Amino acid sequence: MTAPKTIYDKIWDDHVVQTSEDGTCVLYIDRHLVHEVTSPQAFEGLRLAGRKVRAPEKTIAVPDHNVPTTLDRANAATMTEDSRIQVEALDKNARDFGVNYYPVSDVRQGIVHIVGPEQGWTLPGMTVVCGDSHTATHGAFGALAHGIGTSEVEHVLATQTLIQKKSKNMKVEITGSLRPGVTAKDITLSVIGATGTAGGNGHVIEYCGQAIRELSMEGRMTVCNMAIEGGARAGLIAPDEKTFAYVMGRPHAPKGAKWEAALAYWKTLFTDEGAHFDKVVTLRGEDIAPVVTWGTSPEDVLPITGVVPSPEDFTGGKVEAVQRSLDYMGLTPGQKLTDIKIDTVFIGSCTNGRIEDLRAAAAVLKGKKIKDGMRAMVVPGSGLVRAQAEEEGLAQIFIDAGLEWRLAGCSMCLAMNPDQLSPGERCAATSNRNFEGRQGRGGRTHLLSPAMAAAAALTGHLTDIRDMM
Amino acid sequence: MDKFTTLTGVAAPMPLVNIDTDMIIPKQFLKTIARTGLGKNLFDEMRYDQNGNEIKDFVLNQPAYRHAEILVAGDNFGCGSSREHAPWALLDFGVRCVISTSFADIFYNNCFKNGILPITLPKQAVDALMDDARKGANARITVDLEAQTVTSSDGHAYSFEVDAFKKHCLLNGLDDIGLTLEKAKDIDTYESKMATLHPWI
Repeated sequence: MTAPKTIYDKIWDDHVVQTSEDGTCVLYIDRHLVHEVTSPQAFEGLRLAGRKVRAPEKTIAVPDHNVPTTLDRANAATMTEDSRIQVEALDKNARDFGVNYYPVSDVRQGIVHIVGPEQGWTLPGMTVVCGDSHTATHGAFGALAHGIGTSEVEHVLATQTLIQKKSKNMKVEITGSLRPGVTAKDITLSVIGATGTAGGNGHVIEYCGQAIRELSMEGRMTVCNMAIEGGARAGLIAPDEKTFAYVMGRPHAPKGAKWEAALAYWKTLFTDEGAHFDKVVTLRGEDIAPVVTWGTSPEDVLPITGVVPSPEDFTGGKVEAVQRSLDYMGLTPGQKLTDIKIDTVFIGSCTNGRIEDLRAAAAVLKGKKIKDGMRAMVVPGSGLVRAQAEEEGLAQIFIDAGLEWRLAGCSMCLAMNPDQLSPGERCAATSNRNFEGRQGRGGRTHLLSPAMAAAAALTGHLTDIRDMM
Repeated sequence: MDKFTTLTGVAAPMPLVNIDTDMIIPKQFLKTIARTGLGKNLFDEMRYDQNGNEIKDFVLNQPAYRHAEILVAGDNFGCGSSREHAPWALLDFGVRCVISTSFADIFYNNCFKNGILPITLPKQAVDALMDDARKGANARITVDLEAQTVTSSDGHAYSFEVDAFKKHCLLNGLDDIGLTLEKAKDIDTYESKMATLHPWI
């Protein structure tokens, strides 16, 4: 009888190629996603050493960070020269090394973490890596998925493995059900608010509990996406019937006898009764409110009914950090969060750029107009999400309400393309980071759910979505 | 990768907690296809104003710290994105060692791939080294990777933990792709085993 295992233990054990005496492992990687920003130096390294990509069929490349999202992006002049060079480098590298590739012109192009699941590249039980910290998204399928640096990108390209030591196990349980108006984004932000941005350092999180089980696959991806914002190496959720239903029939999902074999294996991917967790955090689903961030760290989270805190409410190094945040954000302690005026709304990103997110925003915006002078954009996570939103009539709702309806990409989440904030401009964003300068130098970011972003677009200030229901 | 054995140098104090990778190297500098040349933009938005002029108060702009080789930083240094441009920028500036109570995982790993030693110490030790760093250019901190010690300018030594394999690679400047490729047979064996067990992958 073997000791009870967590789902992380099981996936890890099934991917160990070799273990050294000190516990360092060579871990096999099933899927390697590649984008244009963190890969050029890795491919260059391969060329210099005369190495090949070991498993091009397990490598998937798509440009997303730099690409413009305006309708005229086929025109090369819409990109700055350095952006264009990076996108062209990916194009050349993908073709030279023969990896799977979705160029900008392909309707399937989009944010790498949306394209992977959409195309069925991401499957339960896999190890998935990408030179991007939001790789944790794929954990929603019960895959072990995490971000790596460019040196490790090169290592995976050359060897299809990583040298790793095992992380610790952390359980985040959300009991009960969510209340109306509360979404997956509110769960993941509330968890970070509870644990802090370093709370998960050195751990792999398993999200579990009734509220997690009740989420759709899109919602689960939103939750896992921000595991890294809590410091965790990865976040994952045991696969279930919803997972299998999502995966079935996708272009790269197994079919026929292979599907049956895969399904039998996937059904073993759960945490055994009595398995050990090094850390446990439990939140009650009923206690989670719609939340927003007020500061410049994702841990600076409060229910929308709250007020801007004061540095004195904190201790240690956080006192100085909060003062700095408030100065940067232009906020005063005691100010009601719902009194904070918004200039720009960004709906999109690998956190909230999927069809369900667009549906949630459209439901709030239907038949209404955004506040005069508001700049608001919807950037679908992939070309296929865009097509589906058009088919469902969501795009027309956005356009009628006065929002810009864009092409797919990372866009204003990190502002590497022309979608940026100006200094002092304040944005309600469905993305994942509110760091200083993240959306443009001097730009001020408040993170929230798609429905809350849509509500802010209508009223011109941060708004409790429950007041509109 | 350059070896890291011992280092004696000026340490710059950066007590702010949660210094993220967007602060270390803002996104507009990620549009490079090279690993070098990022040092001038290290901490760009903290270091320069909108017009590109140096902000005098920022620690690395102060005369004592312009050539700092060590950073003593607040909790959770390097949180945020996976961009290896963060350690590349530190290295290009001349920083070979960062000392903090904690680091974000990906940043921590990325440092070792680039000859930078991230050192985790208890809060008391980091506070003491922070005070030492505040003394300026005459207060030089010594790091000895082999012995796993950090010694302050007044001779107080602090021991630190480091993974044995990472230490070995850093001490010898080893390319770990080369090391892994020596295990190519193991990888072949694993792949053929899994082709039977998990044929859908």
